Amino acid sequence: MSDSQTTTLQAHHHHDPSLLVQFDTAYQQKDASQFGMWVFLITEIMFFGGLFGAYLIYRNLYNPAFVAASTSIAIKWGAINTAVLICSSLTMAMGVHSAALGARKLLVFWLGATLLLGSVFLGIKGIEYYDKYTEHHIPGANFDFNYDRAEKGEKLVPADVATQTSIFFALYFAMTGMHALHMIIGAGILVFLIWRAYHGAYPPHHYTMVENFGLYWHFVDIIWIFLFPLLYLVSRSPVH
Amino acid sequence: MSAGGDHIVSPKIYVTIWLILLAFTGITVAAAYQNFGIFNPIIALTIACTKATLVILFFMHVKYSPKMIALVIGCGLFFLSILMVLTCADYLSRAWIM
Repeated sequence: MSDSQTTTLQAHHHHDPSLLVQFDTAYQQKDASQFGMWVFLITEIMFFGGLFGAYLIYRNLYNPAFVAASTSIAIKWGAINTAVLICSSLTMAMGVHSAALGARKLLVFWLGATLLLGSVFLGIKGIEYYDKYTEHHIPGANFDFNYDRAEKGEKLVPADVATQTSIFFALYFAMTGMHALHMIIGAGILVFLIWRAYHGAYPPHHYTMVENFGLYWHFVDIIWIFLFPLLYLVSRSPVH
Repeated sequence: MSAGGDHIVSPKIYVTIWLILLAFTGITVAAAYQNFGIFNPIIALTIACTKATLVILFFMHVKYSPKMIALVIGCGLFFLSILMVLTCADYLSRAWIM
């Protein structure tokens, strides 16, 4: 961010053209930038916190429906996606590390790997959403929790519980959808960062944008770390 | 804020944290298939909080960042706890006066 505003705001006595006039040192400028990024992430925690709060209340009110609905979603894809996101956090951390060392090609490589893993995550999410579509598990006019459970050899749930599962799925789509939207925005920014990094825009000591994007990417990973057990692992043991 | 500068974290630490995170993911899936009764969600959330803490401390560099950053995160979590606790104080106690 700072590197784009240098020409208009630099003070005459500064030797470093990327140091904005209101800062004494590059470190102070960087600290302020990271502080701002964290304040933004806190607003994101509160934003997702509302969804987690709604989840908490409805899980208490309609526990049998939450157990039935959670057990019906594919734990395999959820677990794989958790691993994919954790791997993407590693590649992102390695990207910031490469930027700190001034390794331009490595930075482009790690950012590219992060983009690839993020895309894999979104692809798997797409598969899961499509499965929910064919199972009639998307809340709305065609919602029917028991739609194909008999032919798949799964136990039918009572009609009232089946209706209540739509609350779980509404939360499932709101929470994973909002998370996926953050991933899509992150992937878009990654394309921009890769382009800029390739052209050498992030030399050592001037990679604050890469670092702040890393914070955003890890934050989105943390949201998923909580979504996975809350949505996929409500109760998987055979005895309830 | 400190004028610390760029703290270079060794890739060995990143890889170690990555392996721990993957291991915890396996453990949380395995634990979900066991019947621990009321402890199932407690175990799942404890593992999730541990994973999140590792990501924040090491991947997000908070362990090596100014204390101000930790203060910001603490404030955020404090307000999140107000959201959760006061909401529960309302919804979970409604049945008591029926």
